[in-house]
Amino acid sequence: MGGREATMVLMDENGKRCDGRTVDEPRRIMIKAGGLKNADGSAYIEFGDNKILVGVFGPRDVHPKHMSNTDTGILRVRYHMEPFSVGERKNPAPSRREIEISKVIKEALEPAVMLDKFPRTAVDVFIEVLQADGGTRCAALTAASVALADAGIPMRDMVAAIAAGKVADTVILDVNNEEDQAGQADMPIGYMPNLEKITLLQLDGVLTPEEYKKCVQVGVDGCKLVYELQKKALNDKYFGNSGD
Amino acid sequence: MADRRKYVIPGDVVTTGPFRPEQNVILDGNKIISTTIGISEIYDDSVRVIPLTGKYIPKINDLVIGKVNSHTSLSWELDINSCYVGFLPAQDVFGRDFSAHADELATKLKTGDLVAARIANFDRTRDPLVSISDRDLGKIDSGDLVEISPSKVPRLIGKKGSMIQMIEEATDAAITIGQNGWVVVSCESPEGLLKAKKAIQMVNEQAHVANLTDQVKEMLDKKGES
Repeated sequence: MGGREATMVLMDENGKRCDGRTVDEPRRIMIKAGGLKNADGSAYIEFGDNKILVGVFGPRDVHPKHMSNTDTGILRVRYHMEPFSVGERKNPAPSRREIEISKVIKEALEPAVMLDKFPRTAVDVFIEVLQADGGTRCAALTAASVALADAGIPMRDMVAAIAAGKVADTVILDVNNEEDQAGQADMPIGYMPNLEKITLLQLDGVLTPEEYKKCVQVGVDGCKLVYELQKKALNDKYFGNSGD
Repeated sequence: MADRRKYVIPGDVVTTGPFRPEQNVILDGNKIISTTIGISEIYDDSVRVIPLTGKYIPKINDLVIGKVNSHTSLSWELDINSCYVGFLPAQDVFGRDFSAHADELATKLKTGDLVAARIANFDRTRDPLVSISDRDLGKIDSGDLVEISPSKVPRLIGKKGSMIQMIEEATDAAITIGQNGWVVVSCESPEGLLKAKKAIQMVNEQAHVANLTDQVKEMLDKKGES
């Protein structure tokens, strides 16, 4: 993705990052539950400059029929980036990257969603990235989890996600696009805060064992912050502002 | 709100201790965790969550309103607002002497017709079997269909039918509530019909609000004066 300055300073002498944040400060996050009338459940998230819309349908009939499972329901996730979501127009056809992200989001949601209650059905999650700015998979996973809860799909826990990483030899929270491109490591983490279980952990880059542990810890703490916003979004929609 | 009832979202710990998990909760160690958005209720020995969203899951003996989707030579397929399709066998309508050759299913029920039916059989392995061989069941000839969330049906009925009785009395409407969230309202006067539909929508939108009965009553009374 063009436009990156080769000489960009990712961390200044005061410990401030290229967008002015401190090392453990996430970007501005806004989550809204609902919004799509024709979907069973939906959510919209703004995560820094990322803008992502998620629609959930189901449980519903499986087509094609041979994909159905007589023991349990199936979860299908489609992560898609709009052609206008990035600087240079993207081909609307699913890319290798989008297929991979669809898969990792599906696998990150599966431990939370209780599909065994709906044998022979499917739950479809459609993720549309309207504007991308690094960390879309975490933002998409966070919003998908809210949309699933909004659809009333039984879940063991919510899944909150954020990326930790390393730039200028420092472990940071919430890697943005510049830091992702020019930084040393990027570690997206999906986490179930009440069950205290990690459902997604990827790592791109090189970390020492100590840095790895620190990254996981920073990421998990970040997920807890994201979870509070997920809770707020659902409380706002269903209980006004009076949610406990 | 009292301690026994609180708002929960998936993953929230409703309570801990030796309780029996009932609807929409799971047991994790000694914690009882909600699996859906709703209002938790703690009884003497059990815990449950009344959901505020979600699809209809058929239960045997439920009264549902179905919409005829299509038919084969032996049965009709009904849309019952669920993740499963309801099957209404032709024998149920034509009687025991039904013959697949002689009887044409479309003469009795056509695509788009509404049917009040009861879930006769349902388990994990099969689609729900519905039946109309009972009193007050069968094709619905008149009335307007109102769709609400299936999870809000208990609220619309109210304690011992208090809410629905109140709406029926105030508007002179006849209301058939399907457990699947489809409600048929019929009323001779257009104003009554409008008022009843508005009251049902109001319950649907504000199901979580305390003393909703009073608010609906107020709305019904106010409209009556104007």
